[in-house]
Amino acid sequence: MKNIEPLFSKNNLKLITNPISKDNPITVQVIGICSALAVTAQIKPAVIMTFSVMFVLALSNVIISFLRKTIPSRIRIIVQLTVVASLVIIVNELLKAYFFDVSKQLSVFVGLIITNCIIMGRLEAFALTNKPWLAFLDGIGNSLGYGVLLIIVSFFRELLGSGTIWGFQVIPECFYNLGYENNGLMILPPMALITIGIIIWIQRSKNKNLIEEK
Amino acid sequence: MENLFNIFVKSIFVDNLVFSTFLGMCSYLAVSKTVKTSTGLGIAVVFVLTITVPVNYLLENYILKQGALSWLNSSFADVDLSFLSFIMFIAVIASMVQLVEMIIEKYSPTLYSQLGIFLPLIAVNCAILGGSLFMQQKQFNTIGEATVYGFGSGIGWLFAIITLAAIREKLTYSNVPAPLRGLGITFIVTGLMAMAFMGFMGIKL
Repeated sequence: MKNIEPLFSKNNLKLITNPISKDNPITVQVIGICSALAVTAQIKPAVIMTFSVMFVLALSNVIISFLRKTIPSRIRIIVQLTVVASLVIIVNELLKAYFFDVSKQLSVFVGLIITNCIIMGRLEAFALTNKPWLAFLDGIGNSLGYGVLLIIVSFFRELLGSGTIWGFQVIPECFYNLGYENNGLMILPPMALITIGIIIWIQRSKNKNLIEEK
Repeated sequence: MENLFNIFVKSIFVDNLVFSTFLGMCSYLAVSKTVKTSTGLGIAVVFVLTITVPVNYLLENYILKQGALSWLNSSFADVDLSFLSFIMFIAVIASMVQLVEMIIEKYSPTLYSQLGIFLPLIAVNCAILGGSLFMQQKQFNTIGEATVYGFGSGIGWLFAIITLAAIREKLTYSNVPAPLRGLGITFIVTGLMAMAFMGFMGIKL
């Protein structure tokens, strides 16, 4: 009889740890960027967005992986979109019920999880060819990698832009009295792009393998 | 007329899909290596947005919104189907893309071969769904306004991707620090372009 691989074997754990650093969905695979930029002006919406994406990605990965042998390949995109859209509707209703203010802040970006390339990308690249448990781990890993980047970006944007972290004032009043001012530009869209650019710069100077050929 | 022109200019410059809401970023970064291919993708996006936004406008106002079904029967006046909007919008977009693809293939094979693989991929471009969701949020009064909004947003996206592609073509000859090469410098260039576009903020015609 064939040996059954333990649920958390080394290879399986790699599915979770790789996307966090050297195979990060945003800085290396370049998927899921739209929402990463738009929800990162503060930490709280970024964290909630991460959990929403984690829920949708892990579950849709599992569902598509269960269905992978029955979906005709010509209509697979429509099937995937339907599964993802139903999961996103659940998330949207839950957010409206329990986190109404954050759901107002995220506005259309909860709906845009449907066309977030991170979801379609992982469904196409992984769930269609792998078993449900592996697909589940892949979903969790990729959404963690996405979340780590979102939290780093939103940490700097909130700290420098409004002097707060998770809504609490961290820069003391006496700094402001001495003439320190919040950098309003950090809250605006352009600095999100530049912050990610700088993160990519730092990551690639540490990990030379990721540098692109000329 | 003035109102339509105002919506048109605003959707191109002030609420530009790429620079102020970051929609369609993935294909924007992946396809913008040469001006030629990015023009093709941009035209396809304009095309699909101009069709899907008004169709979704009708769907929203005559089927999904609270009380929208009252034209059928007055007893439906308090039916609210708006929770279904995501799935309906994406279904409309996916089928419209399929339809547009078939029509172009029949009547203009040259355009079809130029657009190539971009057309089917547009169904999952977040700029398209984003256009419809923003249309829902802005609550336009007439279908004309919604159409102009869709067309203008498409033109704004086309404008952004062609500009970036032109800059990237020049960038290949410049000496960028190795870790920034490719993706990193593209992000920073887009950030600087977005800063320039902020100059349009608050324009009123």
